[in-house]
Amino acid sequence: MESLNFRRIVIQSFMVIFSCVLLGRLFFMQVMDNQYAVMAKNNAVEKRTIYPSRGLIMDRNGRLVVNNEAVYDLVMIPRQVKSLDTTKLCELLAISKQDFEDSYEKMRQSKGYSRRLPQVLFKQIPANIYAKFQEYLYQFPGFYTQVRAVRNYPYRNAAHTLGYIGEVSQQIIDKNPESYRMGDYIGISGIEKTYENQLRGEKGYKEIIVDVHNREIGSYMDGQFDKDAVGGQNLQMTIDIDLQSYAEELMQNKKGGLVAIEPATGEILALVTAPAYDPNLLTGRKRGSEMELLKRDTLKPLFNRALMAKYPPGSTFKPLMALIALEDGAIHAGFGYGCAGGYRLSASKTVGCHGHSSAYNVKEAIKHSCNAYFCQCFYLFLENRKYKDPGEGLTSWHDYLNAFGLGVDLPVDIPNALAGYVPRPDLYNRMYGENRWRSKMIISLGIGQGELGVTPLQLAHMTAVIANKGEFYFPHVVRPAKDDTASIFNQKQISSIAKRHYKTVIDGMEGVVTGGTARVAKVEGLDICGKTGTAENPHGEDHSLFIAFAPKNNPKIAVAVMVENAGFGSRYAAPISSLVIEKYLNKEISEERKFLEKKMLDADLVGHLKRYTIP
Amino acid sequence: MSSTTKKIDTDWLTILTYFLLVGLGWLAVYAADYNHAYPNIYDLDRNYGKQMVWIGISLLAALVIQVFDTRFFTAFAYVIYGAILLLLVATLIFGAEISGSKSWIRIGPANLQASELAKFATCLGLARYLSNKKADLEIFSNQMIAGGIILIPMLLILLQGDAGSAIVFVSLILVLYREGLSGGFLALGILAIVLFISSLLVPFTYIMSTIAVLLLGALIIRKGLDFKQIALFILPLAGLVAANMYVDSLTLLIILGITGVFFLGIALFTKRLVMVLLTLTLFCSIYSKGVDYAFNNILKEHHRNRIGVVLGTIEDKRGVGYNLNQSKIAIGSGGVYGKGLLQGTQNKGDFVPEQSTDFIFCTIGEEFGFVGSCVVIGLFLFLMLRVIALAERQKSSFTRIYGYGVASIIFFHFAINMGMTIGLVPVIGIPLPFLSYGGSSLLGFTILLFILIKLDSERLLYLR
Repeated sequence: MESLNFRRIVIQSFMVIFSCVLLGRLFFMQVMDNQYAVMAKNNAVEKRTIYPSRGLIMDRNGRLVVNNEAVYDLVMIPRQVKSLDTTKLCELLAISKQDFEDSYEKMRQSKGYSRRLPQVLFKQIPANIYAKFQEYLYQFPGFYTQVRAVRNYPYRNAAHTLGYIGEVSQQIIDKNPESYRMGDYIGISGIEKTYENQLRGEKGYKEIIVDVHNREIGSYMDGQFDKDAVGGQNLQMTIDIDLQSYAEELMQNKKGGLVAIEPATGEILALVTAPAYDPNLLTGRKRGSEMELLKRDTLKPLFNRALMAKYPPGSTFKPLMALIALEDGAIHAGFGYGCAGGYRLSASKTVGCHGHSSAYNVKEAIKHSCNAYFCQCFYLFLENRKYKDPGEGLTSWHDYLNAFGLGVDLPVDIPNALAGYVPRPDLYNRMYGENRWRSKMIISLGIGQGELGVTPLQLAHMTAVIANKGEFYFPHVVRPAKDDTASIFNQKQISSIAKRHYKTVIDGMEGVVTGGTARVAKVEGLDICGKTGTAENPHGEDHSLFIAFAPKNNPKIAVAVMVENAGFGSRYAAPISSLVIEKYLNKEISEERKFLEKKMLDADLVGHLKRYTIP
Repeated sequence: MSSTTKKIDTDWLTILTYFLLVGLGWLAVYAADYNHAYPNIYDLDRNYGKQMVWIGISLLAALVIQVFDTRFFTAFAYVIYGAILLLLVATLIFGAEISGSKSWIRIGPANLQASELAKFATCLGLARYLSNKKADLEIFSNQMIAGGIILIPMLLILLQGDAGSAIVFVSLILVLYREGLSGGFLALGILAIVLFISSLLVPFTYIMSTIAVLLLGALIIRKGLDFKQIALFILPLAGLVAANMYVDSLTLLIILGITGVFFLGIALFTKRLVMVLLTLTLFCSIYSKGVDYAFNNILKEHHRNRIGVVLGTIEDKRGVGYNLNQSKIAIGSGGVYGKGLLQGTQNKGDFVPEQSTDFIFCTIGEEFGFVGSCVVIGLFLFLMLRVIALAERQKSSFTRIYGYGVASIIFFHFAINMGMTIGLVPVIGIPLPFLSYGGSSLLGFTILLFILIKLDSERLLYLR
């Protein structure tokens, strides 16, 4: 019996020892080791991002120009998808089987692919398709939808200014890991880019408890660690969407740019590049293919001519030339210069001029746009005795132009505006050799030709500065907060040129419309002041230019218009400018000018260009 | 009257433990299956509602058992055993197949798992046979009969495809050991387990070398440095190690078998120690290689995977190891005091499969923490030791043997089930007694325990 007693003890020991082993292991797992708690939280608690709604954008009159529209991403958890009726799914989503297979393959190849986690199969299903699909969603176990917002543009205008949003790139994610994650949207161009930080808002998150199928079953810790999303700020633009829309219509079927600025504030009222496109094309599912088409279009609709195309200003430069020649003392307001059909450079070379009576003062010279007169102004400016040589004179001229925003980066709140080009002596030193050039060799600069390059925005800005007699704000399309003193758009700039010189030049510009080269731009009662220009174009027909502002006293609008290959400034640019001004100031076009409006609207300058898509 | 009261002595301590375990079990099933949509605890569509019914049925069975005369169990032990064997056979023929194994019989609205009832029946049969004075377990034929009583239901259950439940019967070897079976069998069993595990983890050559070195040590201790004998021991083994490098597993097994039988013959004939040790080495090698071969060529993929996950040779938290990993997360995240009843995130989120049945301990571990674990283990350990104490206080050997049967089966279930939820043993699908959801299991264990309580209560009345 002794041995049996021993055996009882052996069996009891098994039980005690094994129980101790279990207890020891459990003590280690439950009390000592923290990793299981972490793993449990990873399992069951999901941090869901709450996306803020992107800020809305209004025009200067509070009209909604950009809003958000709900679209739906189709998400699948591959593991939960048992049998899939692909044909029905494709039918409901209005896609082809090939589309489905492509998306499926793309999803499978994506970096974060997992059979257990939600994967986005289709992005941005429009609300109308979603509504129908939703009723059948229960037939597709493992499929879910998540709501996203895309931009929507009630007006189909101002595409370039507004810009577009798109998925954020890896580079930006790496730089701002806190603000962006894969798949987030970011402003890529236009004010969507400039004002990204205001529009974006702040993401929030909530921690929820999910079950093994990733279904929400409650909030974690009663949501005490959750954070609400903060919606993006709304933006108030300075653009008048009606004026913008009207200007775009006038510029349709033409190439060029149009910029209208409120001189007293620097607020851009309209900013047109032609040809343009409907911003709604670049939202939603078709964005990629539409973008491709736009990129390959021979007329380059994506190219923002208003900000990025450089043209010689031609005669529109003459008012500024007069201003700085007056200020610098090269001439005085009563300076007269005989025009014998041109400006003689040498026995064989002449800068041509058109037939008009000789200008006996600055006003008359501007009114008739006398080439000889302004060549002489420029000559006198460079040869002024206060400069030791024309090089120093040219440097001084260059600085004057810079002060008017030509040849420098204008501080504007739309990305990628170009600086244009104003030559310095070093250019001619390179071209002709050190000090081996003379004033008369570069004389065409004085009439806005030659190496000068300005953008329509710069031209409009220059016009606004002249209109407001030297007091100005830098041009902008979004109204800064009034108390934001740090904003450069709230800081008044004052030009060094004397007010009386402005008066002289403005009188000249008034004459241009009342009895000069741009009588077509005359609108009864509006006191429009303007200046035509024709930019020589070695590649084809000259570009038609016009700058204008109105009314003469207390100007409300300054416009610069550039129409490519449209000939004289008075042919297209001047009528279009005057129509924009009339529309803005009078809200409607007078009966006697309707024919002009119709002519401008109907004019098709690109029809013959055989617009096609580069394959 | 007073003498009768004295003679019927029901062990209320065991019954109390039983109630605590069943109560805790129901709470765990409730927590595991809880859903806001079904607040009624009697809802028969939910596991906890059904379990409530099964608890009622089990208590009824326990009560009925107390009404029986204890002599019924001794007299009808073989009949009950035989009847259950028939039920097992019937299950094989008429049974319903549920998730891969054919171990269920439909009775009215419920499914009955005959293998759960086979446990107490086998204990009864074994007790009846071993309580016979002539059944001396030193004798080979008696060992065969006792083994047969255990193996027949085991084989029938194995045929149903329920390997987990079949393995449970191996635990009855403890009963045989207690009743006089040589400790060598137990030692052999343990050696078999150690060799089994190491065969899957370590290359065959190492195992063979280790055994050879150990036995060589034994040889030297016994016989001293006799180089002739050492050479005799080492040379055949060296030959086999060399052979291992050139032939495939099956050929090697055949070679090992032939040489094993050959040396066994010599050992039996000459009775020389070196030959005995050599034979021992060879048989160990055959076993080790055999396990390796069987593991890779005979076992099914999912068996291999389950074993591999526990041994750590398979690290796959998403696939095969998913259950075990989720189970460990649920239990481990419970901390000291647990997350509180119905507060377990893993539990509520259904992360652990089979959470009401085989993995019921996850719910307790997560929601009641280490404290809950201690209570469960404490209750089980107390119950098992108490059952052994009950068994040992019997004058009747029938009751004692039956009692050991009860203790062995509960121990095996407890050890394997708890062990698997925390990754100490492979995932073998057997329930945790009294706690897991499942009517047959609860009923089976209740009958198993309450027959012992009945037998024990009348230990002073009869001498069997």
